[in-house]
Amino acid sequence: MNKKTLAFPYVFWSAAFIVIPLCMVFYYGLTDDTGAFTFANIATIATAEHSKALLLSIELSLISTVICFLLAYPLAMILSAMKVGQHSFIVLIFILPMWMNFLLRTLAWQTLLEKTGVINSILAFLHLPALEIINTPAAIILGMVYNFLPFMVLPLYNALVKIDENVVNAARDLGANKVQTFLRITLPLSVPGIISGVTMVFIPALTTFVISTLLGGSKILLIGNVIEQEFTQTGNWHLGSGLSIVLMIFIIVNMVAEAFFDKDGEGTAL
Amino acid sequence: MNKLIDLQHISKSFDSNLILDDMNLYIRENEFLTLLGPSGCGKTTTLRIIGGFEHPDTGRVIFDGADITSYPPNKRQLNTVFQKYALFPHMNIGENIAFGLQIKNKPKAYIQDKIRYALKLVNLEGYEKRMPDSLSGGQQQRIAIARAIVNEPKVLLLDEPLGALDLKLRQDMQYELIRLKNELGITFIYVTHDQEEALTMSDTIVVMNQGYIQQIGTPEKIYNEPENAFVADFIGDSNIIDAVMIRDELVELLGARFACVDKGFGENKAVDVVIRPEDVELVSPDDGVIRGVVSHIIFKGVHYEMEVQANGFEWLVQSTKMFPVGTHVGIKVDPYNIQIMNKPESEDEEAIGIDE
Repeated sequence: MNKKTLAFPYVFWSAAFIVIPLCMVFYYGLTDDTGAFTFANIATIATAEHSKALLLSIELSLISTVICFLLAYPLAMILSAMKVGQHSFIVLIFILPMWMNFLLRTLAWQTLLEKTGVINSILAFLHLPALEIINTPAAIILGMVYNFLPFMVLPLYNALVKIDENVVNAARDLGANKVQTFLRITLPLSVPGIISGVTMVFIPALTTFVISTLLGGSKILLIGNVIEQEFTQTGNWHLGSGLSIVLMIFIIVNMVAEAFFDKDGEGTAL
Repeated sequence: MNKLIDLQHISKSFDSNLILDDMNLYIRENEFLTLLGPSGCGKTTTLRIIGGFEHPDTGRVIFDGADITSYPPNKRQLNTVFQKYALFPHMNIGENIAFGLQIKNKPKAYIQDKIRYALKLVNLEGYEKRMPDSLSGGQQQRIAIARAIVNEPKVLLLDEPLGALDLKLRQDMQYELIRLKNELGITFIYVTHDQEEALTMSDTIVVMNQGYIQQIGTPEKIYNEPENAFVADFIGDSNIIDAVMIRDELVELLGARFACVDKGFGENKAVDVVIRPEDVELVSPDDGVIRGVVSHIIFKGVHYEMEVQANGFEWLVQSTKMFPVGTHVGIKVDPYNIQIMNKPESEDEEAIGIDE
């Protein structure tokens, strides 16, 4: 059988569920109610409400990505230095939460963080001041970091474990101390993993609306929430599509910039 | 010549596996010393202890009179050439060579001079801007050597540096290394499992097996006067035969008495005898000490290699004269070519013998 025909199910799938919906998004985004061509939907990103939501999204996603990176890198280094067999158990512990539904995990955080939730009950029992974290940007960041951390750990681990131990030894042999070796050898050689990890955390964080809805209350609107509302509440598909296009363009620009730094093409896993 | 490196009572275990047991070894200045042995004999561990990548469980490493046992690799005045080159893949050749000098904050002009000098030394001028993965294995190995020697180490450690190269390139690189050693005038410590490589390049060979040093000596001494059956077997082909030392200068093996030149083993003492295949003389049946029949022959280029069945032993013989299979021959050995070795006495010594 021709190998190309084997690809047919996937071609059909992607046409039906990726290409056609994408065309529809572009159609709605670039037209108004009457079907006439317009850039007005896209231009609404410039309004105070929308640009504020986009900027807040970028801000929170960036903070989450940085926190994920700072948590994940040392862990990935420790894991990569372990012997085979030892590390698989720890990797398992890290990806175990991913086996539970994403919504359930986030809902669990809501219950934990509520004003009368589990954490505050414990704090009250210990006569400590209550945490007022739910419905704040901090809660959203917490939710993002919690949900997306494994996506940072695994690419970093994969990149670090590939580094030849003797390349690191060679740097030490040539007189570099541990810090110099890390900055000049380990870190540059893990760049593909960093790019991959950053992409896999930053983009889902940027587009999420579930985490912000559940942990941020209804007051904090991220760009994902705005788009979701246009589709489900206002019913303005034209505006929702226009804002989606803006977000897509932003992400594409980001990925192109990353690909520029990632010459090996290992970060394009997403 | 004084001791540049002195290993004193070094022991090292990994997960209760004893790799080195109370090892003592010194290396003199300007020596080309080779650690030779089968895999798992502890030669690489010894090198890594000298380089600072492993720390011995017991014992001391003395370098130029100072105890450096606890020093990290970057505080030691020696550099390593790793088996798989270990060039920095994200840096070009010039940056690779400059690495050690930049760490030491040498001036730019000095570094540039050094890069040019080192590339010239390894016959790769003009390669500064190339990336490591665009070079062949042999070229990468030369760069690894260049990267090490620009730091002007007192000692260069080489961990099976030619192991990944093909035969022809390996032979060329052997001459290259001897030339480099002579031009630089520094000490080389070389690890290999290839006995031919060791014989070709070394001033001193240290034969190791299962964590013990079996023999230390010049290539000639190691080849001609192996101290035990392991060394004889590991270095070159050999006939190793159970024998009894009748008295000084007379040994009985396979029921026949041979004159030899060794003394001092005592009378009627069980010994091992080693006879190199090229030292076995095939003569007419009546002229030999014992008689045999040629059972196998192959042509090896310079000589024929034959197997001769004689008195229950299969003799390996190399000769430029050809004796067809089935020929009845006599076997004769010059007294000087019979090497007598003590048999291992205790079980401990037995354990360090032949493990193949």
